[in-house]
Amino acid sequence: MARKPAAVAVPNIPELTEAQELQAYRSMLLIRRFEEKAGQMYGMGLIGGFCHLYIGQEAVVTGITMATIEGDAQITGYRDHGHMLVMGLDPKGVMAELTGRSGGLSKGKGGSMHMFSNEHRFYGGNGIVGAQVPLGTGLAFAAKYRGENTVSLAYFGDGAANQGQVYEAFNMAKLWSLPVVYIIENNKYAMGTSIERASATTDLSLRGASFGIPGEQVDGMDVRLVLEASERAIEHARSGKGPYILEMLTYRYRGHSMSDPAKYRSKDEVTKYRAERDPIEQVKARIIERQFGTEESLKAIEAEVRAIVNEAADFATSNPEPEASELWTDITVAA
Amino acid sequence: MPTILMPALSPTMEEGKLSKWLVKEGDIVSPGDVLAEIETDKATMEIEAIDAGTVSKLLIAEGTEGVKINTAIAMVLGEGETPGELPPQAPDQIGSADPGDEGPLNAPAQGETSVTAEAKAPAPVAAAPKSVAEADPDLPEGVEMVEMTVRQALNEAMAEEMRRDKDVFIIGEEVAEYQGAYKITQNLLQEFGPQRVIDTPITEHGFTGLAVGAAFAGLKPIVEFMTWNFAMQAIDQIINSAAKQLYMSGGQVHAPIVFRGPNGVASRVGAQHSQDYSAWYSHIPGLTVVAPYSAADAKGLLKAAIRSPNPIVFLENEILYGSTGLVPKMDDFVLPIGKARIARQGADVTIVSFSMGMRYATQATEKLVSAGVDVELIDLRTLRPMDSDTVIASVKKTGRLVTVEEGWPQGGIGAELAMRVMDQAFDFLDAPVMRVTGKDVPMPYAANLEKLALPHVDDVIAAVNAVTYRS
Ligand SMILES: Cc1ncc(C[n+]2csc(CCOP(=O)(O)OP(=O)(O)O)c2C)c(N)n1
Ligand SMILES: [Mg+2]
Repeated sequence: MARKPAAVAVPNIPELTEAQELQAYRSMLLIRRFEEKAGQMYGMGLIGGFCHLYIGQEAVVTGITMATIEGDAQITGYRDHGHMLVMGLDPKGVMAELTGRSGGLSKGKGGSMHMFSNEHRFYGGNGIVGAQVPLGTGLAFAAKYRGENTVSLAYFGDGAANQGQVYEAFNMAKLWSLPVVYIIENNKYAMGTSIERASATTDLSLRGASFGIPGEQVDGMDVRLVLEASERAIEHARSGKGPYILEMLTYRYRGHSMSDPAKYRSKDEVTKYRAERDPIEQVKARIIERQFGTEESLKAIEAEVRAIVNEAADFATSNPEPEASELWTDITVAA
Repeated sequence: MPTILMPALSPTMEEGKLSKWLVKEGDIVSPGDVLAEIETDKATMEIEAIDAGTVSKLLIAEGTEGVKINTAIAMVLGEGETPGELPPQAPDQIGSADPGDEGPLNAPAQGETSVTAEAKAPAPVAAAPKSVAEADPDLPEGVEMVEMTVRQALNEAMAEEMRRDKDVFIIGEEVAEYQGAYKITQNLLQEFGPQRVIDTPITEHGFTGLAVGAAFAGLKPIVEFMTWNFAMQAIDQIINSAAKQLYMSGGQVHAPIVFRGPNGVASRVGAQHSQDYSAWYSHIPGLTVVAPYSAADAKGLLKAAIRSPNPIVFLENEILYGSTGLVPKMDDFVLPIGKARIARQGADVTIVSFSMGMRYATQATEKLVSAGVDVELIDLRTLRPMDSDTVIASVKKTGRLVTVEEGWPQGGIGAELAMRVMDQAFDFLDAPVMRVTGKDVPMPYAANLEKLALPHVDDVIAAVNAVTYRS
């Protein structure tokens, strides 16, 4: 499908360095190709259960993660593959978790919705809509309690923004000035329900207003704007000023999960986003325009990314299932 | 990859219908182009091209039903690719109809024996009164039996009750415009309109509380939980508000409300989306807990639940939604809540189960019967109030009891049944009661571990062999 380059000159958009543009391109492309492969593998029955793809939303987690420092914690819902890839987790381990193999990040015991990494301070991978918001607030509480300089990033969807526990968490976060940034990934739909049909007010960046939490809406399809807003929000939280809300206006191209016929939105809407707002095409166009790369050099990156994804898929299909004895491990910590 | 395979589009899909090709041989396709339409029991979906290429061969004809997932359905050649060997196609891959799980054991209840309570020692003053369940109504002579899925049965039950009573409405996530996440509320919005079929935000604690409040004020809500896992967000309103209200208000305010949705283990959805709440809710005084297995029971009991003046927890099962059974075609087919069904009469051993457990129990019974064990199989159908009379009478006859459930063992339905039998039929037992349950672990995702965590037909057979000393 022909895609229009989307490098439009808009004033006040921060410019990324060459290294940043290339990093963003590579990260987002890795997510895109990984998710496409996961979708294919689901179709082949290699991945079971629910599988929620991040395609279309790549700029959000990429831009935010570029603004973090080592030690910052991240937590999200079930649409979590991209977060782990960008945080530097091994694509083989992510894919093997999707196929339920012993080499998966949760030894195959968690699946697509439940992946974690202590080492990278990624706390999931949560299947219950909204639950990650108090949990992410708790990660910030621990940082403050221990006098650490780290920030917690808690991602949730436009649909999750209607869960009561979100507001209970907001109140405590502000009350106790906790170093947490709430990232609302507003992709316009919660399963088949558009934000307009579920939310009395649709500017979600204002959802912290009654608690005094600052918030802003960000074009989540433009990694430059995501990065810039994240730097501001994270700095706010890290410097002790308390929580901050970023509403990322984004879009998921695929169905909610693999079994979603997506009858609730028009084909045109999806096509339009893909053709005009695609986060990867935007970076690509800028890289060429700013002469940070050529069609050929980008193709080389593409080939490299495909190789990583294929390697992950091969690993995830050849790696053995967990030992039967794993059924009985990891239930409680041996005291 | 040049072959396009029949995709799995949901956790439980095993096969589907290739309803339409949108490309023909020789067409050039780009990524994102729609190749074909596929129908599952839940939805019509489209298959998109992943890579660019030329459609070189369509392997399955339009309109073919029962195409198993992973069957090659087309070849698409990328630039410079040549058609290779066709992947071998197992002969039974296409159109092999699932024999279904509704064998003769699931014929509608008939000839149930009604059991007279044995004379007992005088009850202490403060003993709980006993609830006595009525028997299933006799079906009219020559009534037509219609085959339908559990899904259709539940849908009909709600539609009929909504026609009958304007105070009945349904509320939950994706119940209206999306037609239900599992299509149980299909067409209800079209028939009853948005005032009575209400999509909510994702806010279980909120909408459950709202519905309970509406029930206090006299409406009769049906609250659909997308799955019971998400009702944990709302469990406080179910227990602390709905279940206890009548008692706390000295009999003044009650909640005529049905909480329903799929319970138990689906398929490969991991620990947070796979658990059985049967024992949890059956613990609570003030709640009535129903967990049907067959389509007829699903319909008759859901209608009864909607008419009940009490808060009802109605536990369905996603895996059973597509299974079929015979349902009597009647203007008003309502079954009594609180009455177990004897699915098969026998003399050697009693197996008691409910909901999905009945599938394991039924299949085990078939094998055991052909091996010469005369099994009596009881489907509890209602977990609270529990029909002890039927179980006790059976155990007095057989002297042996095996219970089957998907839930965890500790504090489970099997544990409760064993206690009741010890209490009321201890002297009749010829062997200790055995229970077959899900393993005492959170549900793992990996396919092999998930299998190990679930109860199996063989577990039931082994337990029966043990209590009958056949092993
Ligand atoms: C408590 C709870 N309720 C319902 C669900 C089922 N569910 C899973 S995702 C989802 C939609 C969430 O939408 P949104 O928050 O916008 O996130 P998105 O999927 O768009 O990323 C629903 C209703 C769930 N997992 N948990
Ligand atoms: Mg959303």
